[in-house]
Order: sequence, then structure tokens, then C-alpha cells
Amino acid sequence: MSSALAAASDAFVHRKRRGSELLLLALALAIGISAYAIIGLARDNEVPADLIWYGGGLTVLAVVAHLTVRFRAPYADPVLLPVVVALNGLGLAMIHRIDLSLEAADSQFGPFAPSQLMWSALGVTLFVLVLLLLQDHRVLQAYTYTLGLAGLGLLLLPLIPGVGVEINGSRVWANIAGLSIQPGEIAKVCLVVAFSGYLVVNRDALALAGRRVLGVDLPRGRDLGPILVAWAASMAVLVFQRDLGSSLLFFGIFVVLLYVATERPGWLVLGTLLFSSGAYLGYLFFSHVRLRVEGWLDPFGDPDLFDQIVEAQFGLAWGGLLGRGLGEGSPTRVPYAWSDFIATSLGEELGLAGLMAIVLLYGLIVERGLRVALLCRDSFGKLLSVGLAVSFALQVFVVVGGVTGLIPLTGLTTPFLSAGGSSMVANWAIIALLLRISHLARRPDPEVWTPGADEDTQVVKLR
Amino acid sequence: MSEFTLTLIKLGFLALLWIFVLSAVSVIRSDMFGARVDLPQRAAKPAKPAKPAKAKPAPKKKRGIPSRLVVTEGPNAGQSVDLGRETITLGRGTDVTIRLDDDYVSTRHARFVTNGDDWFVEDMGSTNGTYLGHTRVTRAVAVSAGTTVRLGKTVVELRK
Repeated sequence: MSSALAAASDAFVHRKRRGSELLLLALALAIGISAYAIIGLARDNEVPADLIWYGGGLTVLAVVAHLTVRFRAPYADPVLLPVVVALNGLGLAMIHRIDLSLEAADSQFGPFAPSQLMWSALGVTLFVLVLLLLQDHRVLQAYTYTLGLAGLGLLLLPLIPGVGVEINGSRVWANIAGLSIQPGEIAKVCLVVAFSGYLVVNRDALALAGRRVLGVDLPRGRDLGPILVAWAASMAVLVFQRDLGSSLLFFGIFVVLLYVATERPGWLVLGTLLFSSGAYLGYLFFSHVRLRVEGWLDPFGDPDLFDQIVEAQFGLAWGGLLGRGLGEGSPTRVPYAWSDFIATSLGEELGLAGLMAIVLLYGLIVERGLRVALLCRDSFGKLLSVGLAVSFALQVFVVVGGVTGLIPLTGLTTPFLSAGGSSMVANWAIIALLLRISHLARRPDPEVWTPGADEDTQVVKLR
Repeated sequence: MSEFTLTLIKLGFLALLWIFVLSAVSVIRSDMFGARVDLPQRAAKPAKPAKPAKAKPAPKKKRGIPSRLVVTEGPNAGQSVDLGRETITLGRGTDVTIRLDDDYVSTRHARFVTNGDDWFVEDMGSTNGTYLGHTRVTRAVAVSAGTTVRLGKTVVELRK
């Protein structure tokens, strides 16, 4: 008995931490609401009258999300939800600020803030639904192929004539019942689930080593099927939808999951080679890819053509270390400041200090996702949470790297910040999935009682 | 509003942003150590809710619902686990509820799941199979208290 108890006393049990979550949530709300108030102060010299509605709406959303977590996933990670609420609030305030400028300039666009608040509410509704309906993430494993097909279908939906709409050279929008949505964002969630479900079952075969080149075990030729299919699909997205960002995102998630599932760095080497050769071919044969690369290498060579990139760089430079202050920059000089370029709008008004804080917040989301994967006890949950975390990491890298000129510019949304409904809803669902897995991973085990040495050898009366 | 106030507000907002980041990091830091539950706490914890727990679910539970899963034969004979609503997994791996040191058992061999009323046993694709008597389990099969389930050399049983 004593040995069993000694083992139990060393047991590591996660605390629920809902109180810490609430405290962080209060801070997160303070960020969103004070940003809104500061914008009003800076532009009209008064606290905006609709602050009550805006702040109240945001608070209600946060409290509903918090209560759902408290009662349906009490052991879930305490940091994820507040970070997301802070990003969402900051994004809303920034979009509202851009709306004010657009209104002043009599622009044909906008206002975006009311619909963004509505989409946030829809996102939180989906978040609550996922936590209420999905008690165990392993249920999803049963739908591996269904979700895989659904994901591929959604991804290719914009290619169907009549449904797909081409906006700004990219065919990533679908028009359904008067609403234009970006099915790629929802496909992202489906495909991460499908990839993880597939790799959990097939990883043993894919882990077999083939030829050894330069100290790296390359996979066997006959196991290349899946990666080639994923590559072909991502190239199809690149060529037909002209969307470099989604193409990189999907292929990247697949390759990283393949690496995590098999523990073979060979897949990373192979994936990088495949994607770079594909992208190079795209550069040679497709003018839209070449344009993006030219805008990346030398935007000032043709400032009229690449004025979006040029203005964004000027904006960041003008913002400097501490920024112009909320409401005092001119982010609307950059076309699409409210969606693709929201990161540079924030960089202009909050400066390097603010933008770094935002990038760190994304880093925290990714870190918490990977932590969930480490804690999770079943392989499917591990892969799923890695996939979801990596989807955040890749997406933020691609879009923030693109607008700041680190890599060629590609159109992707900045999760929770950009104006855009599909992305908002899909990302809230991703956070709900991560919280569900995290709750199951951190919850203490049912106790296993092991009999001690003195108990299973009872002395029977011997004669 | 004067330039000076606006600058103060700007710096204040940046400070708020970083205070949030740092407090999130500090929550993560304190989370790393969890709660190292020590003996008295752990012993006291089940003891306290035990009384209301016994009083409350007892009328809810129908008779004949098993409350314990016991290993009766094999290398791990004597181990047992209380049944709640959680799924119980059995196998040789590290991510299972009861870890069996039985060479004939797969890493993740079988699991017991409940719908709140009955318990079911499912094989999780094991090499040597899970048996109820002489029939191999191929789908979720309901098990009642007293039924013995065999995995490799191990026999487990649900008890009231």
C-alpha cells in the first residue's frame, strides 16, 4: 500500500486555472475597449458614444466563451482564450479606426466594423457549439476521409464557374446565397483533422527508412504517394486559384504533420525541395507568381504597380519604434489596410513595440497548441493539436512576412485581426478544438489502484 | 486634446499591451509546475466529496451498473480502476489508463466506454484480439458486472 501511495504523492496534476483565465480576460477586454476609446479621443476629442455598445458586445462574447470553458472544459488551457479575445478586440478597434478614415475620404469601401463584430459573435457561437457538442476529439478520427473529401471539395469550390468569384486576381472566394465566403479557411480545419487521422493510421509504413543521403534517411520511393498527392493539390491551388498563400499553408501543414508523425527529417527535406521546385516552375510559367516575386525583390522599381507594398513600408517606417498612436497614422493610404495589410496598419499606429507584442501573442497561441500536443495522451490528439498550432504559425508567418517584405506577398488573412468572416469563424472553431483536447489532456486520470506487496500475498494458515 | 496627453495615452496603451503579454507568460510559468498534489490533499479530496457523491449518484445509478474494473488474471492481477464516465483504455503503451505488462497485449489493446447506462468493450485493433468467452470482440459489445474479458494472458472483469 505504501508504495502505491508514494507513487500517488508524486502525481503531477494540472490545476483548473479558470480564475487566472478570468483575470487575463479582463486585461484582454481592457485592451480592446481602451483601444476603441483612444481612437475616439484621438480623432474626435471625445470618448465615442457607442463605446457602451461596442464594449458591452465584446464583454458579453468573452464572458459567454469563458463560462462555456468553465463548465464544459474546466481543465483547458488558461491562456488561449484571453489571447484570442485580445487579438479579436484589437482587430475590431483597428477596423473601426480604418472605417473612420474611409468614411472621411468618401471611400466606396466599408464600414467593416459592424459586420466584423457580427462575425466575431458567430465565431464565438461556433466556439460554444464545438465545446458543447464535441465531448471527445477522438470522435473526429472516425470522419477522417469524410472530412478529407469535404476539405478538398471546399478548397476547390471557388473553381466551379458560377460559384467562384475572382477578386483581385485570386479565385479564392465563393458566392453562396448572396454571402461571399472564403471556403479555404474552413477547408483548413477539415484538412488538418483529415491529415492527422490518416497519418495516425499509416505512419508506421511512412516511417520506414529508404536510402540515406547526407546523413538524412530519405523515405522509400513507394511511400511517396501521399506527399505527391498533397503536392499536386497545393500546386493546383497555386495555378488555378492563383493563391500562393493557401498553397504554401496546406502543403506546409501536411509536411510538418508527416514529419511529426514519422519522426523522419527526410520528409521535411523532400517537402521543401518539392515546394520550392513547384514555386520555381510557377515563377517561370505564370505571370501572377512572377509579379509577386518582383514586388518582393524590388518594390521601389515600379512604385505605381507595387504601391501597396511601398505604402506599407512607408507606414511602418513612419510608425517607427513607438508608433504614431492609435487614430493618428494614415493606414488607409495602403489599399486593403483592413484585411491583408492590417498588420502594417497596426505597425504604423502602435510601432515596432506594439507589432512585436502582437506577434508574441500569436507565438503564445502556437506555444500553447504545441504544449497541448505534448500533454495529450493519444496520438490522434497529438497530431491534431500540432496541425492546428502549425496552421496558425504558418498563416501568421506567411501574411506578416508578406506585408513586411520578408517573403513574397500572398493573400491570407491575419487570424482574428483581419476583416473577414470565414477566417474569424474558422479560427474560433480551431481554438475550441484546441481547448477541448487540452481539457482532456490536462484532466487528472482516474486513479489506478495497485495492490502493494503486503496485500496480494495473504498468509493462509499452513499446516 | 494636447499633443502631450496623446503621447501619454499612446505609451500607456503600449504598456497595457505588454502587461497583458507578460501576465499571460507568467500564467504559463506558474502553470508549468501544476499542482503537485501531496498525500493529505489527495486523500482529503476524495474523502470530502465522497459523502455527497455517494448520496447523490446512488439513487441515479440503476442497480447492476459496474463501479470498478478489476484485473483478475495475468501479470497485473489485482490492479483496479474506479469507473466514472471516462473511457478506460487498456494496453502495453504509456498513454492508456491501465498499463498491462503482458507480452500478448498490444500497445493500445482495448477500451471500455460507457453511454451512462451500460459499459461496452471495444477492441482497438489489437494483434491477438479481445475475447468475451470464446467470441472475439469485433465491435462494441455490452458487458455487465461479472463478465470476464480476456486480452492476451490478462483477464479483466467489471465489478459492482
